[in-house]
Amino acid sequence: MSKRAILGLLTLCLVVASAYASFYVAPLERTMGPIQKIFYFHAASAWAGMTAFMVCFVANLLYVWRRQVKWDWLGVSCAEVGLVFTTVVLITGPIWAKPVWGIWWTWDWRLTSTFVMWLLYVSFLLLRTLVEEPDRRALFSALFGIFAFLDVPLVYFSIRWWRTQHPQPVVLGGTGSGLEPTMRKVFFFTVLAMHALMALLIAERYLLEKLRGGVDELKREAEAQ
Amino acid sequence: MSIGPNTLALLGKELQTEFRSRELLTTTGVFILMVLVLFSFTFDPTSSESRRFGPGLLWLAFLFASSLMLQPCFLREQTNDTLSSLRLAVSDPFSIFLAKLGANTLFLLFTELVMLPIFSVLYSVHVLPQIHYLLLVLFLGSLGISITGTALSAISAQARMRELLLPVLLLPLLTPILVASTEVTVGLLAPEPFMEWKGIGVLAIFDLVFLTAVWLFGEYLLEE
Amino acid sequence: MTSPEFSPTGISFEKIDKRFGGLFALRRVSLAIQPGQCVALAGRNGSGKTTLLRIAARLVRPSAGQVSFLDKSGSESQARPVVGYVAHATMVYDELTAEENLVLFGKLEGLKDPRARASVLLEEVGLGDRRTSLVRTFSRGMRQRMAIARALLNEPSVLFFDEPATGLDPQGVNWFADRLRHLRDTGRTILMSLHGESEISALATRAIRLDAGSVIADTSAGATLRSILTFGEAR
Repeated sequence: MSKRAILGLLTLCLVVASAYASFYVAPLERTMGPIQKIFYFHAASAWAGMTAFMVCFVANLLYVWRRQVKWDWLGVSCAEVGLVFTTVVLITGPIWAKPVWGIWWTWDWRLTSTFVMWLLYVSFLLLRTLVEEPDRRALFSALFGIFAFLDVPLVYFSIRWWRTQHPQPVVLGGTGSGLEPTMRKVFFFTVLAMHALMALLIAERYLLEKLRGGVDELKREAEAQ
Repeated sequence: MSIGPNTLALLGKELQTEFRSRELLTTTGVFILMVLVLFSFTFDPTSSESRRFGPGLLWLAFLFASSLMLQPCFLREQTNDTLSSLRLAVSDPFSIFLAKLGANTLFLLFTELVMLPIFSVLYSVHVLPQIHYLLLVLFLGSLGISITGTALSAISAQARMRELLLPVLLLPLLTPILVASTEVTVGLLAPEPFMEWKGIGVLAIFDLVFLTAVWLFGEYLLEE
Repeated sequence: MTSPEFSPTGISFEKIDKRFGGLFALRRVSLAIQPGQCVALAGRNGSGKTTLLRIAARLVRPSAGQVSFLDKSGSESQARPVVGYVAHATMVYDELTAEENLVLFGKLEGLKDPRARASVLLEEVGLGDRRTSLVRTFSRGMRQRMAIARALLNEPSVLFFDEPATGLDPQGVNWFADRLRHLRDTGRTILMSLHGESEISALATRAIRLDAGSVIADTSAGATLRSILTFGEAR
């Protein structure tokens, strides 16, 4: 079996195991009931998304410094995968909120900052579709990626502060705060599983981008003949 | 030859050009005015609601206006390829950015100051008592908008759909500016005005972070 | 006229590659241009002439290889030499006057008295009576003179011209050839891209032909000026 297949299988096992753990191993939460279990998936996805964006930031810096195309491939892969995980966060948030609060969206500060971060990386990908020349595209998206990542802590901080001016219902408890020991173990296990999934997706996406880059180059050379 | 004189020379040129045509200032001013009027239809502009919603809408108007006003910034350097002659003439590309963001900050500030009394009248809000603090938040906010907007306009000038791209790139990035500026302004226009220094702190940090980023990466934004 | 206050400068291109995406605009171009040479760069559209000039002027970064400037003895110059670049675009501001443009660029280049230099240059290029006119109002010929004035502001020792005769009437070509002769005779190193033979190409002391990003002929290697300039072109 190839290395890729083994890693894929391992990741799948981890994800399935964490899902099992969330539902059957973790105890039922007192006030919210079964719907609370979505928290493990929701918060772990947030962490995985954040990690992906951090790697994207490093890849962006490396591209601007070294101008090696592999950093561009890594950057776009991390941004896309990070965006997927962030989308999961934005979808599971309301799924959790509705039964508990009766409304889909509460402008909870965490969800709101996540939404803005989501918008930033959507813009990142949009920028890439609007610059045609590959080296230009790589450089510009790397520079915007750097700006976007520098902005994220400022976004989080300013929106969190804004929440203290305009208190909103706290839908999401602090990650890991006030978690009972078994819950905490399940949570960190899910974080591990989500990170494994993140790494797998980034690797696959990277390979795809590498192939795509190769095809594009051949196409251009053919057109130039 | 060095950054200071180069920046001043270029700043002078930006101001001189705008002074002659006044296109940017008038169009931006009219746009903000239109937005303020249109916004008034979306809620009941009585005094208490105005105080609550007014500042946010004002800053939103400034943000939208700036994302349009900053478009020509680097675009106009493409007409005769003056960007190349600037790059050849100056030793540090940062002076090009400093000059442009300085000019943009001044243009924004100027338009905002003209709009402030109009806003005050339309929304029945008293701005004079806290004018010194208002000037501070207007300055720091406009500076943040200009720094990021000028940098991103160098990118959008070379992309397709640039009229839409610049706002799409810029507006999410400016979230901290919008939040902090609005909170500070709300505090200053409240029945018992107070100064939200935390907001000023956020604005100052934002400005510093992005000014440093432009200093570090500016020359790559101008690369061909 | 103004006496040369510059030191003769040569240019060295070492294995220059330039890729745009997958396409090679320049492939392993290596050239040594001697101080004071007036080199004509010939080639069809898309052969890489403009790219080579822009890389030499440090406006474009090569994908590989390097450009260096050499002093008289052939070793690398200590100080960055002053370079002038003239292309089809005027590279000056339409909304400023001729004088304002030169004063601005003069200040940026660090000239001690930009206004005086601007005056002198405008007279030299024959725009003295239009110094307070907006560049927007200039004809193609006047724009080119403006571009040359700007390029000469800081007494460059190296000059790059990208298809300088484009859009000029015979009178304009005449005038330019005259200026070029003077610039060449005062010892400046010149690299200019051209199409075909003309008054201007006749001033070249060396010619190089590019095709698909590579050097395919060089008068230094024995080819004739005429053959390089008219290679493959219908008579």
